[in-house]
Amino acid sequence: MKHKYLLGSFDDDEILLNATKKMRLAGYQMHEIFTPFPIHGLDEAMGLQDTRLHTAGFVIGATGTMFAVSLLTFVTSIDWDVNVGGKPFFVLPSFVPVTFELTVLFASIGMVVVMYLRNGFSVFKAKEVVDVRATDDRFIMAFCRKKYNTQAEAVEISNLLKKYGAVEIRETVLENEIAPNLFKVDEDLAHLEHGHH
Amino acid sequence: MLYSSPIRDPLITGNKSYHDITEDIAKGTEGSPGIGWLALTGLSGAVATMGILLILYTIFEGIGVWGLNKTVGWAWDITNFVWWVGIGHAGTLISAILLLFRQKWRTGVNRAAEAMTIFAVICAGLFPLIHMGRIWDGFFIFPYPNTRGMLWVNFNSPLLWDVFAISTYFTVSLLFWYTGLLPDIATVRDRATGFRKKVYSALSFGWRGTAKEWQRFESISLVLAGLATPLVLSVHSIVSFDFATSVIPGWHTTIFPPYFVAGAIFSGFAMVLTLMLIVRKVMNLEDYITLAHIESMNKVIVLTGSIVGIAYITEFFIAWYSANPYEQWAFVRNRVADPFIFGPLFGCEPAPYWWAYWSMMSCNVIAPQFFWFKKLRRSILLTFILSIVINIGMWYERFVIIVTSLHRDFIPSSWLYYKPTWIEVGIFVGTLGIFMTLFLLFCRTLPVVAIAEVKSILKTSGDQYIDKIGDYERKEREAGGVSSSIRKDKDDK
Repeated sequence: MKHKYLLGSFDDDEILLNATKKMRLAGYQMHEIFTPFPIHGLDEAMGLQDTRLHTAGFVIGATGTMFAVSLLTFVTSIDWDVNVGGKPFFVLPSFVPVTFELTVLFASIGMVVVMYLRNGFSVFKAKEVVDVRATDDRFIMAFCRKKYNTQAEAVEISNLLKKYGAVEIRETVLENEIAPNLFKVDEDLAHLEHGHH
Repeated sequence: MLYSSPIRDPLITGNKSYHDITEDIAKGTEGSPGIGWLALTGLSGAVATMGILLILYTIFEGIGVWGLNKTVGWAWDITNFVWWVGIGHAGTLISAILLLFRQKWRTGVNRAAEAMTIFAVICAGLFPLIHMGRIWDGFFIFPYPNTRGMLWVNFNSPLLWDVFAISTYFTVSLLFWYTGLLPDIATVRDRATGFRKKVYSALSFGWRGTAKEWQRFESISLVLAGLATPLVLSVHSIVSFDFATSVIPGWHTTIFPPYFVAGAIFSGFAMVLTLMLIVRKVMNLEDYITLAHIESMNKVIVLTGSIVGIAYITEFFIAWYSANPYEQWAFVRNRVADPFIFGPLFGCEPAPYWWAYWSMMSCNVIAPQFFWFKKLRRSILLTFILSIVINIGMWYERFVIIVTSLHRDFIPSSWLYYKPTWIEVGIFVGTLGIFMTLFLLFCRTLPVVAIAEVKSILKTSGDQYIDKIGDYERKEREAGGVSSSIRKDKDDK
């Protein structure tokens, strides 16, 4: 199965950010943008849904906290209650260090695993590189030709891309689909008109 | 929101474009290694091998081959452990705490500092393991359902907290470092051909720099930084609990956690400076690790060095103020009393380890005071010398705390002097070799400066842009506008 994309290539992050807003105001939703470094506000300009990764981190971290407290309680008060000079078995203050460390350990491993899974990262299966300069100094905006499948739309997108500063426009065919993003639904585009975000 | 100020020095010099940044930094991983790199790696590899052989010898013979005796049961090995862990603190501090504080200069040094953290923690972890004697039973330190009558570890012991702290710290640092590396490995991948491309392709996990990937990347960086900040403070606090929760005079001190954390950052920054001054020279990265970076790190050094200095004095004052004769003995007669000034002043014999105490004081408290002067903070030679002096001083600090407190305990008949054997010294030198070998391999295989992060500060901290911000300021002032030394950056133009 072949997948066709229309690519607009930019050589500056500010021009790209502006073009992103303008393309969406013109009614064209880009499929994906490839950039060599994170651009502040780009996800919002694209209308990307917020990531829920931090929520995953919180849930997994809280699991770590509960695991640690249960383990320590079980070991020190139930299974192996060693009497040290008559001191209490259940001692929350001395549980703090291990509980804290396990919370952090769970949250970080969990977040990294979730991120790698959601991004579809794999050591064994390389992804198709859309443009080798996208990790160097080019910013690539991709439009899905399946969505905009008429010739008229392709011409219109190309013209707009050129108008908003793309330095190169071309079409590419990929073996694999670029995983589609979740975009905000029913978003009011008015905020794109004014610079603030 | 980032702010940029025209009074700040540029952090990227040489009028660089995005492509120049890729070129300059990725170049270090390409081509064949120079003769200098091969020679250095050969040398440090040989030293590392010696260290590993001596570790194997120690494991084979038992720790009787060390200079430990029944009075001084902890000495070089634990000193080295604390020293290495301390050095390992700078990386996470730079990547996590400075990220939260929005310090842009971190981008020039964070990658190497994080790598250094990981290698330092590897070296640190070796020492408690070999000190166990029966290293093959080392897994007993982890609590897991077992067939030894369900024998659990002691969760109320700081030594066990250490197990959790160090292993968590190592894991989190490794994840933080590697996730941060993904975009840069992808950059190297997209420049490579043939077999190298395959290797970097696997290592990059298929990173492509999509908006979604960056969104998750930013999220994870922020959360990991938020988690790593208390983590880095907890690790050395817990290391200090190894001593502070005991009843040994000289160890039984509530000031230890903050004092150890400050000392750890102090020595870690010194080690970052030692390495970065060499790296920037050898790999031609002077445009990315500028004098502004060095000056910022020297400011951290003078701050943490002074905190450490105050801690030493406070500790001494409290020993006197406590009116506890054992505490006073440990401080005056085991540490401070030298044969020339303080011994005669307090009217006592010189302390057996007075030279260690005063080496520590001069290297850690007096030496960094030079950095109050801007000219000296920006002197590369002085920074290089002092960064080494400070790490010698920090090694002495741990030696003083551990050995001087132990060697004369409550029973004078068991007082002993501790001297290391050449095997202990050899293992310590060997870990320096392991550390340097790993660092040199890292420099050749992975981008030593965070390419993507440097690019993201180019427009606020590149020299060509800083000039523009300066012009903007001047025009605004000439137009009679309200002059502010801080201007919001491009986002609000």
